[in-house]
Amino acid sequence: MSEPLVEVKNLKVRFDVREGIIKAVDGATFTVHYGQTLGVIGESGCGKSVTARAILNMVPKPGKVVGGEILYHRRRPSENGSEVTEIVNILDLDPDGEEIRQIRGGEIAMIFQEPMSSLTPVYTAGAHITEAVTLHRLLPIRKVGDQMAETIQAHRRVSKQEAKEIAIEMLRRVGIPNPRERVDAYPHQLSGGQRQRVMIAIALSCQPDMLIADEPTTALDVSIEAQILDLMRELQEETNMAIMFITHNLGVVAEMAQEIVVMYLGNIVERASVVDIFYNPKHPYTRALLESIPRFGKGRRQRLTSIKGMVPDPFHLPSGCLFHPRCPHFMPGKCDRIEPKWTQVGDNHWVRCLLYEKE
Amino acid sequence: MAEQERRDNILLEVRGLKKYFPIQRGLLRRTVGYVRAVDDVSLYVREGETLGLVGESGCGKTTTGRCIIRLYEPTAGQIHFKTTALSPNGDPQMVDLLSLDKERMKTVRREMAMIFQDPINSLNPRMTVFDIIAEPMEIHGMGRGPEVEETVVRLLEHVGLRPEHMLRYPHEFSGGQRQRIGIARALALNPRLVICDEPVSALDVSIQAQTLNLLLDLQKDFGLSYIFIAHDLSVVQHVSDRVAVMYVGKVVEVADVEHLYSRPLHPYTEALLSAVPKPDPLYKSERILMQGDVADPANPPSGCYFHPRCRYAQPICEREAPEFRELEPDHWVACHRAGELHLKGV
Repeated sequence: MSEPLVEVKNLKVRFDVREGIIKAVDGATFTVHYGQTLGVIGESGCGKSVTARAILNMVPKPGKVVGGEILYHRRRPSENGSEVTEIVNILDLDPDGEEIRQIRGGEIAMIFQEPMSSLTPVYTAGAHITEAVTLHRLLPIRKVGDQMAETIQAHRRVSKQEAKEIAIEMLRRVGIPNPRERVDAYPHQLSGGQRQRVMIAIALSCQPDMLIADEPTTALDVSIEAQILDLMRELQEETNMAIMFITHNLGVVAEMAQEIVVMYLGNIVERASVVDIFYNPKHPYTRALLESIPRFGKGRRQRLTSIKGMVPDPFHLPSGCLFHPRCPHFMPGKCDRIEPKWTQVGDNHWVRCLLYEKE
Repeated sequence: MAEQERRDNILLEVRGLKKYFPIQRGLLRRTVGYVRAVDDVSLYVREGETLGLVGESGCGKTTTGRCIIRLYEPTAGQIHFKTTALSPNGDPQMVDLLSLDKERMKTVRREMAMIFQDPINSLNPRMTVFDIIAEPMEIHGMGRGPEVEETVVRLLEHVGLRPEHMLRYPHEFSGGQRQRIGIARALALNPRLVICDEPVSALDVSIQAQTLNLLLDLQKDFGLSYIFIAHDLSVVQHVSDRVAVMYVGKVVEVADVEHLYSRPLHPYTEALLSAVPKPDPLYKSERILMQGDVADPANPPSGCYFHPRCRYAQPICEREAPEFRELEPDHWVACHRAGELHLKGV
């Protein structure tokens, strides 16, 4: 394993709403390494996106981080020219302060899934462009290229002209046709897929140490998606960037990740290398997920294995193991009473399931 | 299969379907051009089978589906549908839907239904589940009072919901359950053809599996034919008997699912299949990257629409539009070089 970049330790995030408290993330622990891709998989509401936002200290309201730490191994040039690594707990930083703003976008960049056509009319001409763009919004009233160039300049020491050239080159690499002309387009002149690619181009053009990609290609066509995935991998090789890739698409994660964490209802239930997850999954939930997808060449028109029941109501979580009401290996008297602990089942392969716990 | 038998089984046959949307500009809304959303599409669906319709966004797959049930009025073409609703004794007869008047079209439309992608926006939030499912029956004057209620209960049970859910509103349900409500509504009139437009793409994987299983069960139980529109090629492969691939308003290849996936004849099909990420970390992908974006349907390129992105393109591809031909039995393709190329499937 290469050097750690971000260590998430026992992260807990709660949402305090009228109906009660939701434990959106309840004790997540994992590490993202330089030059590696960590895949985070799970279904809607499992807490994967909230975890990603916590890393940038921007959990949406009324969410609140109530425990744990996020240790960022920040590399900075020292006085004698060499690099030093200082460890910063991101959760200790002022969420609106100068330091976290430098980190967001510049050192840890992010791409979120575009809810189709998200031009934000709430930002007016006075808004700080780089701030908005960093938070994954394009302003409707400014040319795409200008917004890109300004963001690049905020995070890299380049001239305006250089920034524009970087923008054009990046637009070309995300597959925007005629980038030299499109750089002068306004956001509304681009299609939804093109806007999403512009956001990806911006995130990558700041040469971040880490990229958090939350369902970045879900809204894109497969041919474009393929292009973006290739680009991310190329840049990772060039710059040793770490990627945290959040998705529900098991095909995408199989291709991108070296290590995978599986989340269910705010908990990580299994953690292993990508090969172990796909070829030797241990947790019944991981297995069920893998069996429920249609695959090429798998018996056509056969019934897919589906997970019985539904994801439980977050206000009334099951006792014991959270997956027990839907689990095919449910052991009465055990799974509904005892909360499973982490058990090591192989090299770097961890699972939280009573089936593997020794008495 | 003998030619005659093949014809007898056909439930729907679309010939030369076109749908052009006018582009209007200026104060007087003058028409300055047309978006050729669907441009000369021909296809057929046999009774009890599923035809998958795939392609990238904007290729016209949804518009094709909507033209077939005349939600959009096609610009040109013929849509022959075998209906039993028009003759008093229920004998099947082939009619061209586009020649029917409003009244008769309404009658025939009972036998066609649609399932939409977005289970949140396609259900009226102010209506109870009962009203949502019963509405089509009311519109068509089928059944009264207790009869309607009986049907609704039966439909709910069929799609895996409980009868007591009847009086609730859509927002009280999860995405997967809402999609079930949409499916129950689609089945209310005993359709023969159901057009499923991206029915599972908004759902989580485990819910997607449940919904696909349900659609396959219902097909068996009710003898339904499906047109299954989706961009996810592995889902389409799972449910379809035959698959049509669309590119910029045209069908570029149709074949039964095994042939299309294992031995595609069109370079676009080959590229699409290669681009799908495979859920196998040890799979060595040999991905074919398509250059540039999908062509603009308002201003398509000359010759074969795919030629600017095709790695096998020859001068002829730029000059002439390829003919849609049956290269192998029941395997149709529109490509000048089909047959001479050895394309890779999955």
